[in-house]
Parts: sequence; structure tokens; C-alpha cells
Amino acid sequence: MDNELSSLVAIFTEFYYWVTVVFMFLIHVGFCMYEVGVSRRKNHMHTLMKNTMLIPLVTITFFFFGWWIYWAFPNGPCITGCDIPAAAGANTAWSDVMAPNMQDRITGVFWAAFLLFSWTAASIVSGSVIERIRSGGFWILAILIGSVFWIIDASWGWHAEGWMVRLLGYHDAYASGVIHAVSGGFALGVLTVLGPRIGKFSNDGTPREIHPRNPWLVTIGLFLIYTGFWGFYVACNVPMWDIQAGDGVFYSATNIYLAPTTLSGITLNFLMSLSGGMMMGYWISKGNAFWTYSSGLAGIIAASAGNDLYHPLQAMLIAAAGVAIAYKMHYWVERKFKIDDAVGAVAVHGYAGVFGVIVCGFMLWGYPSSPSEGFATINPTGQIIGAIIMFFVLGFVPGWISAKILNSFGLLRIPKEIEILGLDMGAELARDSDEAALKAALLDAIDKDESKR
Amino acid sequence: MSTGEIENWFGTMADVGPLYPFVGSEFVLFCVGVVLWIAWQISCTRAESAQYREEIEKHGDKKSLREVVEHD
Repeated sequence: MDNELSSLVAIFTEFYYWVTVVFMFLIHVGFCMYEVGVSRRKNHMHTLMKNTMLIPLVTITFFFFGWWIYWAFPNGPCITGCDIPAAAGANTAWSDVMAPNMQDRITGVFWAAFLLFSWTAASIVSGSVIERIRSGGFWILAILIGSVFWIIDASWGWHAEGWMVRLLGYHDAYASGVIHAVSGGFALGVLTVLGPRIGKFSNDGTPREIHPRNPWLVTIGLFLIYTGFWGFYVACNVPMWDIQAGDGVFYSATNIYLAPTTLSGITLNFLMSLSGGMMMGYWISKGNAFWTYSSGLAGIIAASAGNDLYHPLQAMLIAAAGVAIAYKMHYWVERKFKIDDAVGAVAVHGYAGVFGVIVCGFMLWGYPSSPSEGFATINPTGQIIGAIIMFFVLGFVPGWISAKILNSFGLLRIPKEIEILGLDMGAELARDSDEAALKAALLDAIDKDESKR
Repeated sequence: MSTGEIENWFGTMADVGPLYPFVGSEFVLFCVGVVLWIAWQISCTRAESAQYREEIEKHGDKKSLREVVEHD
């Protein structure tokens, strides 16, 4: 901040991330609308509050320890060293830069951008488990995926010094794996233990469709998620960075690894992958609105790992292929393993995310994964290992174990009677009682009037 | 007298650090926050279980369940 250029860069960067946070808030609004639209009327309020309350819970826990995890573990479990980097100390909950401080104007907004990714990670799981999970149990799971497991993988595969970037050449510019595959894998692990909603499968195991109860709410919700996704994309960039190695200066936007890209380029790719996904979704689902909208998201997710460098037509084709695979996988897993994923979250985020990470290894084979020297280049093997780490090691396995533990304490699934009655039964009865009392009061007032006459 | 490190804005801005009051209390605040979070989680989990027990007691019989499904 000691000269005009550095001040301009710092204040622009601060404002840039702040704007991304506001945009990304819409993702959560969209997820809430979407989940409520899919749930049955007797579960609306519970579904809404379950998702809404992950906002404060993931926020405070991400402040307490999530952000520190990102800075503390880029070396993984003693893979590129056992030291905790000094930067971690400046990102603890009790650090003086995690507050208004004239010496630092980036930590807060950067933390907030990552926090909104955390909400998204938890919200992805939220949709898949609706109508039969306990709120208390879900909130523990939300904290685990939102403030622990996704941020570990971000430290490994997104941090500029992350061991996966350094050794595997892992590249995941817009989080196909880092957020989507890990959350999809976590959701699948939870669903495996949680079980399907009553009535989802017939006695012979054939799945039944439980259709969205309010398609308009689902539609608006998904449009809002699209809108928020713009913020998500640009939040994965650094807006102004001197990328010129050696002498000279060349300012550019960069991806999360500080490697060059342009805001213009990722805008092209965002829209073309959205389009490729929607077109494939419409075609493969025979015009099903729910899948068409969801496929727009899945398309973006499938192309996201390399959308900093792809050509827009490559992004479109990859998106279409990713959607086809995710759609087919969803129904195959549903039939084969009796998995009831109420919103298709495992497919849209998990399978499309895994596909995106792996395809990126082939498409960008040989590209540098980082501007730093000595890092592995992008390659298929590194990306395949990366996809396994994201989906299974940090997603499915922790989700399954966490759900097993919660289940053993009776904190995972609601009682059968409550599932049949509906989760809003208590609130509805209280409302009926209040309305009956009000009606009695009104009738009483009429009677008093008549007696006066 | 000030609760923070700021008493006026006349000095060199490059020397100004934390703007919040009671600098040095951060770790205590962190501990208070963690305790409140865990207490909230336990309290809400218990309340949820109690609510389900109560609802099942009142409306968990087969007749009530059938009525709900039929009017669903």
C-alpha cells in the first residue's frame, strides 16, 4: 500500500473477492429453493431449515479451524514434508489479520470466498438426503464436509504449494474434483448408510420416481445456482498478478495456481459448457426439465477442471459427454445399489466432477500445473489418482464412516413414524391449534355483538 | 483512553494494525465461540429428539399414520 499501483491492485483485489462472495450467496439461495421444491409439502420447513442452518454452522467452524486447515496441510500427510507452513499461523481464528486490520485487506475476503465454497460443498450433500435425515446429524456432516474434508483436499490440490500439484501435476482450476467430486463422494457415502426414503423402492427393488413437488421453485432455484456459479468461477481466479517470469512486468488474471488465464476466456468456456450440458441433458432425458437444468450444472462441472485453458468448443463437448455419463451412472447406481439420491447430487457433482478431473489429464497432458519450477506437468495418471483421492479418499470414505458413527448413536435417520407423518407435523399442529383459537375468538366476538343488540 | 490501539487518526497510517477493541483477547474469544457452538449443537440435537418422541406419542398410532398418508 506504499505506492499507487500496489494500492490499486490490493484494493481492486479486495473488492473483486467481495463481489464474488455476494454472487455466490445466490448459490445457497438456489439450493434452498431447489430442495424445498423437490421435497413433499409435509417436509418443506424442515428441509429449508436444515439447509439454512448450515450457513452459520459452517461459517463459524470455518472461522474456528477450516481456514487454518487450508494453510496448514499443503504437504499432505508428510508427503512433501512434515512441517506446518508459517502461513498457517496467520490464518488461525485468533490471528489479528482475521479481523479489521490496516495491514491486511485480503485475508478476510479470501476467507469469505473459500467459505462460500464450503457452503456449496455442504449444500450439495444436503439435497441428496432430504426427507429422512435428522437435522442435528446433518449439521455435523455439513461441518465435516464444509469445514474439514473439502478444505483438506483444497490444501492438497488447490494450494499453490499443494503436494498433489507438486508431485502429481494435479490441475483442477474450477473445482471439478476439489469441491464437486469430494462432495458427491461424501454424499454417496452418507446415502449408503442412510438408506432410501420409504416407498422409493418397490419390494422387488424397482425404483419409483418421487417427482419434484414444485417444479417452478426448482426452476428458479437452479437458475439462481447458475447465477451464483459465475461468482464461483471468478472467485477461483486471482484478478491481477504479475505473471512475467524474470525481468519485466505483465499483469494478468490467473487461476488458483497463479498460472495465466483470462476472465474473458473462462466466460466463453462457462457459457459453452453450460450449453453443452443443457443440450445433452434435454436430449438424454427426453426433455425432462429437472434433468435439463441439472445437466447445465453438470456440464459446467465436467469441464471445470480445465476451463481455464480449454477452447470453448472443447468445453462444450466435454460438458455434453460428462452429462451423458453422469445421467447413466445415476440410474445404474440407483438400480444396482438402491441409492436414493433425491436431487441427483452424486451424479451432477460427483460423477461429472470425477469425469472432469480425468478428462483434463488427457486434454492438458504436458501443460505446466504451476508457474513454479520443479512441479510435475499435468498428466492422465496424476489426474486419475487425484480423482480417486477426491471422490473416495476424502469424499466417500469419510462420509460413510461419519454416517456410520452418527447412525450408531441414533443421530442419523428420523424415526419411521416421523417420516410418514412428515417432518413439519409439529409446526403444522401448532399452526392448526393457533388458527382454531383465533377462529374461536372471532366467533366469540360475533356472539358478544349479537347479545348487545 | 481507548479500548483499542486507536486513539486518533493523525499518525502514520502504515503503522496502524488491528482496528478492533481489546486486542490480545482473541484466543479467549475463540474458546468462548467453540464452547457456544458445541452447546448449541447439543441443545438442538436434544430438542429435536424430544420433539420426535412427543409427536410419535401423540400421532404415531396406525390410525393417525393412515390418515396422514391418505390426505397426503
